[in-house]
Amino acid sequence: MSNNDSKCNCSCSDAGLNVDIELEKLNAVFDKWEAQPGALIPVLQETQGIYGYIPAAAITAISERLKEPASKIYGVITFYSFFSLKPRGKYLIRVCLGTACYVRGAEEVLTALRSQLGVNVGETTDDLLFTLDVGRCFGACGLAPVIMINEDIHQWVKSSDVEKILKSYRNLAVNGMKGGN
Amino acid sequence: MDDIILNKRINSPEDLNIAKETILSCKENKKEKIFVCTGGGCIASGSLKVRDALVNELKNRNMSDTIAVIETGCLGPCAVGPVVVMGRDDTFYQNVKADDAASIVHDHIIGNKIVDRLIHETADAKYQKVGEVPFFKNQKKLVLNNCGKINPNKISDYIAAGGYSALCKVITSMTGDQTITEVGASGLRGRGGAGFPTGTKWSFARKSEGDVKYILCNADEGDPGAFMDRSILEGDPHSVVEGLAIGAFAIGCKKGFVYVRAEYPLAVERLQNAISQARTCGLLGKNILGTQFEFDLEIRMGSGAFVCGEETALMASIEGKRGEPRPRPPFPAQKGLWDKPTVLNNVETYSNIPQIINKGAPWFASVGTTKSKGTKIFALAGAIELSGLVEVPVGTPLKKIIYDIGGGIPDGKKYKAAQIGGPSGGCIPTAHLDVALDYETLNELGAIMGSGGLIVMDESSCMVDVARFFLEFVQDESCGKCVPCREGTHQMLEILNRICEGKGEMSDLDTLQKMAVTVKNASLCGLGQTASNPVLSTIRHFREEYEEHIQDKKCRAAVCKSLIVFEITDKCIGCGLCRKSCPVGAIIGSSKTKHIINTEMCTRCGLCYSTCKFDAIIKH
Repeated sequence: MSNNDSKCNCSCSDAGLNVDIELEKLNAVFDKWEAQPGALIPVLQETQGIYGYIPAAAITAISERLKEPASKIYGVITFYSFFSLKPRGKYLIRVCLGTACYVRGAEEVLTALRSQLGVNVGETTDDLLFTLDVGRCFGACGLAPVIMINEDIHQWVKSSDVEKILKSYRNLAVNGMKGGN
Repeated sequence: MDDIILNKRINSPEDLNIAKETILSCKENKKEKIFVCTGGGCIASGSLKVRDALVNELKNRNMSDTIAVIETGCLGPCAVGPVVVMGRDDTFYQNVKADDAASIVHDHIIGNKIVDRLIHETADAKYQKVGEVPFFKNQKKLVLNNCGKINPNKISDYIAAGGYSALCKVITSMTGDQTITEVGASGLRGRGGAGFPTGTKWSFARKSEGDVKYILCNADEGDPGAFMDRSILEGDPHSVVEGLAIGAFAIGCKKGFVYVRAEYPLAVERLQNAISQARTCGLLGKNILGTQFEFDLEIRMGSGAFVCGEETALMASIEGKRGEPRPRPPFPAQKGLWDKPTVLNNVETYSNIPQIINKGAPWFASVGTTKSKGTKIFALAGAIELSGLVEVPVGTPLKKIIYDIGGGIPDGKKYKAAQIGGPSGGCIPTAHLDVALDYETLNELGAIMGSGGLIVMDESSCMVDVARFFLEFVQDESCGKCVPCREGTHQMLEILNRICEGKGEMSDLDTLQKMAVTVKNASLCGLGQTASNPVLSTIRHFREEYEEHIQDKKCRAAVCKSLIVFEITDKCIGCGLCRKSCPVGAIIGSSKTKHIINTEMCTRCGLCYSTCKFDAIIKH
């Protein structure tokens, strides 16, 4: 099917959500999982791995291929906090608000991130560089408070460290080097 | 070493023995070893750079032929990572940096001299060897025995340490019933929290009729403050694979799933590697060890829903649905995954199985208390000198874990409470510091053993805020299917928020307790049934703090924002950092003069407090 067919009239067609995507990339995912029972969640995980989020067009494609109603897929997506229906930043910053991090000052780190990025939890910066999110324990409690940026864990983070950490990722995005970290 | 065994299937018990002997006698195994912890904690602290630096240093000195650097799973003391253990004499080095590699090789390996600056030190003494360091000396490592000694990425290391011999024993010399009897006799209880006898659970599933049965491993370790399962999967994944295979043989099933949270990428990677290696060696798949026994394993990843740690929700999630729990009965042992008889245990439970089979039920039952056998792993974190992973016999006093193993509370502060069992658990106050950590004793105190998260709090934690924190957590994670959990936790949270804002009334305490009991009795699954525990336990043990919040509008720990004031003291030198950091412009003052906070404008975000380099800002 073509990308145009995938445009729907519900609220998911808000600005930026229905960008053209290369649906062909999903074929390998379908080939791998189609025959397996309980394939929907792994397929959604890999879809998000490819596009960084779950585009509306992908939901339609998954629905057709796995023969599951789009409503059920939407229900599954919105149930699990890992899935996102909106494009996310290049770097997903997740501040751990688990118990150990919380008692060691994670709230202050979150406040600093909010103010320096100018976004709230769940939002993405205008330059599509950072998405701010919170997590419930990454199992690195011995190093609390921690924040996870993509798959890197930063430990013993103080609110005064935030500027330096953000700068290192901005540098990384520009010249591929994580200076100052 | 892996290439020795990975190119040939292990088709019989003799093959397994030959593989073990071949590995033990090979040249690589005879090398002197330097163990570098590559658990998640130490990697975050930079242990991979330490490993590379050691490997390079040995190469540059042409010593790679005689000395090997071994990457191991979590050794435990995450707080002082990266940690290194010298195989030669068991010397324990902590806070090791890549730059230290030269000293370790030059001084320790060549010069046989201890690198003094990397030795573990307390206020009174220095400790050189692993066995002497109080953190290790006071533990009893059974499940974690391999962590720190073998490379979790190599099946050869696991086989050399006796791995898969328990699986071999059950499938070649025991029946499923005998296996279940042995596990039952050991007294092993589920380590996921509830403590249900494992042997009994298995026997239910064995007796259930049906050709297709499933065995599941719950690695959706969602309790904040818990990282036991993560460390087992990262440090000794084959022990979990072997435990699952033994369970599968016992109940008569061919297929298993491990449900791991997506927050644990390294655990997933190492487990996947372990499963692939076991398949290649013929220890998973068809005709295992040349017998008729067939079993295979698949990993399914979670997607960030705490409720999926509940068994029926977890199964719904594997089936590709929203992870919502369903009423029991029918219990999973009768109708579980895809309505087939299913056994579900926690990672730590499976990891106990191989040694129970190898060393026998009486050996296992000799550790622990009358009613709770074996050891329990705790994730020690929070206000503690040495946070990390510890394993002790069930029934060990809390005090011993906090002071003898964890080194006590840092910064000269005092112990206030330990939160055990996460959002389903409770707090243990100073008066009960001697409590023995076993299932029954903890229940009497209004706490639970839980999966093993143990968060220590000092006087800077507010117990009302802690209760609010956990309730916010369960409220957020409540799946919304049943009303008592969805609405009850919401209402309770509103009351707690009010109390923390200084708007509470004394009658709120009774209302909270009544609602807590209703939510507990009426909720569908474990999440709702235990959601009230942190509230009930803090009201029970710290009632005076609630009363202070309500009557005196005071938070003694200076945590609840509405009840605190920030003030700049005479220590202020007028550097202006706080003024620049204040997001609402509530701080005024000119250069080199003492600054002042406008308390009307102040939003109590605390940025100035953490920015000040002179400790000039206080909160009270």
